[in-house]
Formats: sequence, C-alpha cells, structure tokens
Amino acid sequence: MSTNNHASTSGHHFAHHFRDANHEFESAKQGIWLFMVTEILMFGGLFVAYTIFHNIYPEMFAEGAKQLDWRMGFFNTLVLIMSSLTMALGIYYLQVGQSKKAVRSLAITLVCGAIFMVVKYFEYTAKIHHGFLPGRFLDVHHVNPEHANLGLYFGFYFCMTGLHGIHVLLGMGLITWVMIRAMKGEFGPDYYTPVEGVGIFWHIVDLIWIFLFPLLYLVG
Amino acid sequence: MGTTTATHSGEINYINEFKGLKSWFTSLDHKRIGLMYMISVMFFFLLGGLAALLLRLELLKPGGQFLTPDQYNQVLTYHGAIMVFMVIIPGIPAVLGNFFLPLHIGAKDVAFPRLNLASWYVFMFGALLAASTMFTSKIDTGWTFYTPYSIKTGTAVVTMVLAAFIMGMSSILTGLNFIVTVHKLRAPGMTMHRMPLFVWALYSTAILQVLATPVLGITLLLLVAERTLGVGIFDPALGGDPVLFQHFFWFYSHPAVYIMILPAMGVVSELITTFSKKTIFGYTAIAYSSLGIAGVSFFVWGHHMFVSGQSEIAGIVFSFITMLVGVPTAIKMFNWLATLYKGSISFQSPMLYAMGFMFLFAIGGVTGIMLAVLATDVHFHDTYFVVAHFHYVMVGGTLMALMGGFYYWFPKMFGKMYNESLARLTFIFIFVGFNVTFFPQFILGAMGMPRRYFDYIPAYQSLNAISTVGSWLIGTGFLLSLYVLVQGLRKGEKAPANPWGSKTLEWTVPSPPIHTNFEVDPIVKAGPYEYK
Repeated sequence: MSTNNHASTSGHHFAHHFRDANHEFESAKQGIWLFMVTEILMFGGLFVAYTIFHNIYPEMFAEGAKQLDWRMGFFNTLVLIMSSLTMALGIYYLQVGQSKKAVRSLAITLVCGAIFMVVKYFEYTAKIHHGFLPGRFLDVHHVNPEHANLGLYFGFYFCMTGLHGIHVLLGMGLITWVMIRAMKGEFGPDYYTPVEGVGIFWHIVDLIWIFLFPLLYLVG
Repeated sequence: MGTTTATHSGEINYINEFKGLKSWFTSLDHKRIGLMYMISVMFFFLLGGLAALLLRLELLKPGGQFLTPDQYNQVLTYHGAIMVFMVIIPGIPAVLGNFFLPLHIGAKDVAFPRLNLASWYVFMFGALLAASTMFTSKIDTGWTFYTPYSIKTGTAVVTMVLAAFIMGMSSILTGLNFIVTVHKLRAPGMTMHRMPLFVWALYSTAILQVLATPVLGITLLLLVAERTLGVGIFDPALGGDPVLFQHFFWFYSHPAVYIMILPAMGVVSELITTFSKKTIFGYTAIAYSSLGIAGVSFFVWGHHMFVSGQSEIAGIVFSFITMLVGVPTAIKMFNWLATLYKGSISFQSPMLYAMGFMFLFAIGGVTGIMLAVLATDVHFHDTYFVVAHFHYVMVGGTLMALMGGFYYWFPKMFGKMYNESLARLTFIFIFVGFNVTFFPQFILGAMGMPRRYFDYIPAYQSLNAISTVGSWLIGTGFLLSLYVLVQGLRKGEKAPANPWGSKTLEWTVPSPPIHTNFEVDPIVKAGPYEYK
C-alpha cells in the first residue's frame, strides 16, 4: 500500500506500520532468519533419512560415493565459498555507498552460481549416462551385485543435490533481482534490506552444500 | 489501491473505505485478509461437512447403501484432508488471528502485509489444486497418505500431496508473520506479559507452524519423488522403510494437532475471562503452558505408531511423554475453572461455546490418556474409539472455540449485532448433536468396531443409527449459524465499540475498526484483563 508510506528522516520510505526505517529492517531480518530455520528443517528431513540408511548400509553408501568424482564436488565447493565472499562484499559495498562495486560483486556471485550449475549438469549427465539412477531406475548391469540397492544411494544423491540445485537457481533469480535494483540505484547505506535478505539465503544455501559435499562425495 | 470514498453514513471503516472486488483481492489490510480467509474456510467447511454427512448416511445401516467401497474411501479421504488442511489448521489463526492479533497488541498491521496476502493466494492455490482432484482420478489414501499404499494406488496422490505441500507453505508464511509481529510490533507498554492470552496461543502456534511444517514439506516431496522417480526411501523392495514415512509424517502431524488446538485454547481464555467479568486466574501459567504444550508436542509422535512396528522401548518412552501433555493442558483447564469461581458469569452465546469447549475437551483429553497407555491402545487402536477421541478434541475443542470466537468478535468484525437467541439455539443444536454423534462411537470402538470401513456387522447397528441422526443435528446447527450470520449482516443493529465490556485493546476502537486500526497509537498501561 504505497500511499501509506511516510518519508523517514534518512530519505528511505518505510511501510506505515513501522516506527522507522531501522524498525522495518530489523523486522525483515528476523523474518528472513525464521524462513532460513524452515529451510534447514526441510533439508533436516533429508539429513535424518540419510543418517538412518547410512547406518543400515554403510558399504553401499561407500560404493555410491566411489561413483562420484570428488574433484568436481570439491571444485563446486570452492566456487560456492567464493560466491559467499562476493555476496558479503556486495552488501559491504552498499553499506559504504559504493554501489558500482556492489553491482560487480553481485554479478560475480551470479556467475559463480552459474558455474556451479554447469558443473552439476555435467555430473548429472554422466550419472544418467552410466545408468546410476534413483531406486528402481538403476541400471543393475553396471553395478556390483553386492550393492543391488545402490539405487537408494542415488535416490539420496539426486533428491539432496536436486533440492539444493533448485535453491541455487532460486538464489540466482533473487540475486538477479537485487542486482537490477542496485543498478537502478535503489539501494544505499540507508536501505539495502532486500540484498541483506538474499545474502542470508545465499549463505544458507552454500552452507547446506558444505554438508552435502562430504556426505555424498567423501563418505567411506 | 482503489479510491477513498466518503460514505453516506459519514463513518469510514476498513470495510467501506475502499470499494470494489479489486480492492479486496489486492488488499494488504490484515482485517480484510482475515475475512477473505473466513469466506474460503467456510466454503471448504461446507464441502468437508457434506462429505461427513454422506459418510454417516452410508453408515446408517450395515451393508452398502449408495456408495461403493471405493467411493466411501474417497469421501473419507476428502472429509479428512479438507477438514484438516483447509478448515481446522487455518481456521482460527488465519481468520480470527489475522484479524485480531495486530489489534490485540496495538499494531497497525502484521509485520509483512504483502506476505500475508501472498499466503492467502498460496493457500487458495493449494486448496483448489486439492479440490481439483475430485474431478480427476480422486484419491483414496486417507489424509495421512501412508506408504506403501500411497505409492501403489492409481489415484491422484501426487496432485493431492503437492497441494498439501503448497498449503503447508502458506501455513509457514502465516506463522512466520505472526512471530515477527509479536516480537517487533507491540505498542509501547505492551510487554510480553501484558499480551492477551489469545496472542500467546497464536505465538506458540506460530512456532509450531514454522518448526514442524517444513518436515511435512520434505516428507511430502519425498513421497512425490517416490512415486515419480522411484527413489526407494520408503520402499522395502529397494532397501527403504515404509515405517520411516510414518515417523516423518507424525513428526509434523502431531505438532499439527496442537496447531489446531492451541489457538482454540487462546480463544477460550478470552471468552472465559470476559464473560466472568473477572481477571483471568493464573495468567502466566496459561501463557507458558501454551509454550509447554508446543515444546512437548515434538516428542510424542510415536504414539500414533504403537502398533506400527517401532521398538517396545520407543513405545514405552512415547507413552510416558504423551501423558506429559496432560499436565500443561490440565493447568489451562483448572485455571479456567478457577477464573469462573466467584465470577459474574453471563451465559451469552460465546460463553456457551466456551463452556461447551471445556466440557467436550475434557472428555477428549481424558480419552487421550486412555489411548496413550500402551496396553489399552493396542485394544482401541484403529477402532471408532480413536475416531470419537479426536473428534471430541478437534470438533468439540477447536470448532467449538472457533464458533465461540466468531460470535464473540462478530460485532467487532462487521459492526453489527446478531440475533442472540438464535445464536444460543445454534449452540444447543451443535452441542447436543455433537454428543449424540460421537459419544456412541466411544462405545462402538470399545466393542471393537474398526474405523475407516464402509460396512459393519449388524451388532453395531443401533449405535451407528444414533450417530447418524446426531450428524443431522450438527448439520442443522451449522446451517442455522449461517442464517444467523447472514441475518446479522443484513438486519443486525449497529454494534457498540465494546458490547461485552471486555478489556483488551480491540474493544477500545469503533466497530468495525478503521483501516489503520487505531486513530491514535495506543500506549498500554495495564494488563489485558483488569476486571476486578
């Protein structure tokens, strides 16, 4: 309801039900963090299921991890850590009023996200090509008969990395959105709430990958 | 958004300030969004209620009447899924909570008004998607979607499960919004310990919505993955475990039971103190027992699975923790009773519903203890005893409180009074009808009649017939309520600002309130129940 906005002393507009711009910022940030809690709990379900089945079939999980290329996973981990740095820098540059540098940092973050997804694409196609598919679609001819239920591992692999990949794509969309707004000069030291929120989201998505990498690639 | 038009009556409020359908569908006003939720919930309640009447009609006599067994399973599933996901979960928080939470704490709106509107659209999208399966291949799994049947059945499980996922997102967004609102938007002087107990209940509910619903989300996504990709996590043939689905499902769905009942308890706290004209007894105890119930609720999910093949030790532990729920619940009950003691009680329709709540919820709670005990549960499990128990809690509890809250706040929401004698009559129909319908089901369950079947042996006939007649009484009561609502809206007298003499903030503003709730930002100097 734009008609109800009042101008604050710092020049930024805030919604009518907040006392001042800082009140709005603090509330928005609390909302974002609560949303992150729900994200972690959602992935938490997958982590719990992973733990249970890893306990039952440790060798099968080790066999599955052998089929993955840890170098690709490691490279992607570095890419995402790098992107977290540039994301944080982007917010820092907005806080100190250097919005050109901020836009450049956000652009690098976006490129990092894209590199991550491209690597993931090559990994997925290789797995699909070799018949390492989830559950009942597993091509058993390629598999040691001892590990006939290897499809379960790949079920986890595709569900966990797939859900994570969807979040990377969503994050890239959000980064594009705040980058365009930053280019239009909508953000500055007194108002950068959306960038801060997207930043928190991006860091959490990175953090989840940092747990996925050892669980899927390095286990066993 | 819309244009401001001066009204002939001269009084501007949130209903007449902006005109036209568009001004409703794009409104960020929590009060209007609350009303939009109310209309949606009423519509789905009608659907779920018709399904219930159909089920009872089929069970009037043994043998098939007019439904085939498959159709019976479908009607049963729709009754459960609609009532749980589209009526009882959003019922009190999204309708009454949306409308009154900001008014209760002296705020102009919820923290994120745009998100609030979005959550209504997300909810409607999910709900209509769920309803759309009625016209395709339907669904027959029951609202719990238990594996392995839900993986194998040829019905529209994927659509229905995605719909539940989407409605869960809406529930999360509402909860998140409420938590931030309570933390950040309280008026000056409105300390946590001066908040009305309804707000405490909504706050505890919101915590559950935010913490439990994501787990349902991933469970439902895994079920979709199971059906489409065959990942095998719930499929024993591929090394998975179908019981894991039950663990995951109840890890959400047991806290969800408290998502349904906690707001109802909040409403009852408001009603009891208002209509006893007495300060609530044990404010802090009631407030923190809401949080206590929310906390314990995360550790009791295994009591749904006593006969599902979990270990005996797990069963014993879950049985004990489950009985712990009785403690904070009883704290509330006894505090309400103590509030009544020496109060100036008036039995207006909202208070009748609050009394009905206490009576029915006590029965629902005590039979819950019988189900929490392992030895008796093995006998009662999957019988009508369980059906009667959770209807006493969900309908006798939540729905009674929803009706009481609705009659209590109707004057504030619409600025009109309703016909009080007719409103009392609705209570009599619903209360009597409810007991006639569900009390015989306790006996049927104890006699061993299994739940979910479309047929039964002739020995169960007379009690089933009584139960079916009761369902007609309930139906009449709700139809009459609809009439009271429409008649009140059309012909009701103008409501004063505070018809009941309540002390909470929403009664200090005109009925109905203005768009920004308060003409002057309130400064709170006293607690919510300073009667005497």
